[in-house]
Amino acid sequence: MIEVALRHRFGTGGFALNAAFSVPATGVTALFGASGCGKSTVIAAIAGLLRPREGRVAIGERLLLDTASRICLPPEARRCGVVFQDARLFPHMSVATNLRYGLRRAPTGEQGPGFGEVVELLGLAPLLDRRPGALSGGERQRVALGRALLARPRLLLMDEPLAALDAPRRAEVLPFLARLCGAARLPILYVTHALDEVDALADHLVLMEAGRVVAHGAVEEISARTDLPLLSARRDAGVLLPCTVEHVTEGVAVLGFAGGTLRTAAHVGPPGTRLRMRLRARDVAVATEEPRGLSTSNILPVTLAAILDAPEPAEAFLRLAAGPSLLLARVTRESAQRLALREGMPLWALVKAVTIDHRGGPPA
Amino acid sequence: MLTPEEWDAIRLSLAVATRSVAISLVPAVAVAWLLARGRFPGRMLLDALVHLPLVVPPVVVGWALLMLFGVRGPIGAPLDAWFGIRLVFTTEGAALATAVMSFPLIVRAVRLGLENVDPGLEAAARTLGAGPLDRFATVTLPLMSPGILAGAVTAFAAGLGEFGAVITFASNIPGETQTLPLAIYAATQTPGGEAMAARLALISFALAVAGLLLAEVIARRMHLLLGRAG
Repeated sequence: MIEVALRHRFGTGGFALNAAFSVPATGVTALFGASGCGKSTVIAAIAGLLRPREGRVAIGERLLLDTASRICLPPEARRCGVVFQDARLFPHMSVATNLRYGLRRAPTGEQGPGFGEVVELLGLAPLLDRRPGALSGGERQRVALGRALLARPRLLLMDEPLAALDAPRRAEVLPFLARLCGAARLPILYVTHALDEVDALADHLVLMEAGRVVAHGAVEEISARTDLPLLSARRDAGVLLPCTVEHVTEGVAVLGFAGGTLRTAAHVGPPGTRLRMRLRARDVAVATEEPRGLSTSNILPVTLAAILDAPEPAEAFLRLAAGPSLLLARVTRESAQRLALREGMPLWALVKAVTIDHRGGPPA
Repeated sequence: MLTPEEWDAIRLSLAVATRSVAISLVPAVAVAWLLARGRFPGRMLLDALVHLPLVVPPVVVGWALLMLFGVRGPIGAPLDAWFGIRLVFTTEGAALATAVMSFPLIVRAVRLGLENVDPGLEAAARTLGAGPLDRFATVTLPLMSPGILAGAVTAFAAGLGEFGAVITFASNIPGETQTLPLAIYAATQTPGGEAMAARLALISFALAVAGLLLAEVIARRMHLLLGRAG
């Protein structure tokens, strides 16, 4: 487990942080919240670049910070690799020297991916002799990822690594990031305010608001909750479902998930590819009878599990059970009354759109 | 074309300026670091002390050095007794006086260079496992080197022409402490020395211009090396 508990205040009457969470020491944990909610402060305190007034940070048995027993390891002894938003490559060194900076300072005998492996993983071979000044923003960020990974960290901290990039650069780096997250056999804490990055990368989610943690847990579990306005008030509120590409016919892929199949025209990779799809609540409609003559082919038989409050008083979320999977649909209260919806009722869910992320596992 | 005395003055000026930079460079980097990054009581006082030679008359600096490093001074006496080192009236003494006078110039330039170093890069080095000395040597020092170079060149150029402190502390001894400006001064005091003064003045001018050009060339190379737009 990675345990984090921090209390800090900037100045008197300034921004107050009071955050505590623990997440499994495997996979990617996203720290998600609006700008200025304290996510980056948490990262800085874990890395040791900021000393909180009170706090405790532990990776498994290893204590990095414990103000109660006056333990505060300096950043250079914490072995937390950090990928900063602005890359922070050393401008006077070549890309290769930058990459080796942490590697040369890692304790001998520490396991981790080798230089060649990381260069291959992040496609850095053509950049090795260049200076950071001659790189694009996306390339810089890839080098920063490699440099942090090569320092053989116990924990990788990423502070909005894509936030400073424009959309095409983001699209260029995100697949590398997903590959790294899959290949790095170490825990990753990933700070972001972009939900698509959470969908693409995260296994666990820590939701932050105004310096506090409002929820933490598995990302699919948290996404399905309707009582968290940070998520449920978004246009893209909805559930995340793990799925597998079953077959692709004439550009249309059939995705199988626990509870049914859905079709999409999105490029999802060859059959067997494992993915995660986001079904936005506003893209799911319900019918009390099996609909006919519709353009959408994604119609699932479901059971109405619950009617839940939505952030808009005139709306409600419907929790729908498709086999073991839970879906969310957003409908108006008025429609719910007109259809006389009640819990336990069999319904047909109409899924208008499926959003696919990049998280691809190897074919199962 | 030049008399042996004139060659002596040129040689001495270069030697004194070089030595003065050699003496003050490392302490100047340390003081600049303390002033830019240190948080300790008395920082303002140190700042004022360092800048003193800029505002105090050079003759007063020379006099103060004479008091401290004179054969009976609190530093000069033990130096003489223990190591047999006498600074007064020697080339080394001239270099010391020049170093004290140009010290604030180096500190200012080095500090400017240091303030241009992004602390974020040093933080990145820390997270990659670099301890204090390590990251100073591999990140801070190379990135502040343009400031150090600028300081060294300015101090060297100023050192070629230091007059008041040198003549007070080290006197005006041909072949020992008579640098270019002192030789020019001596020439203007001698009947018929106008031609010599003019020649030496021209040489001073040429040396200064050459120094500036050299500094410019080195600065450009350095910026390229540091991956910045020159």
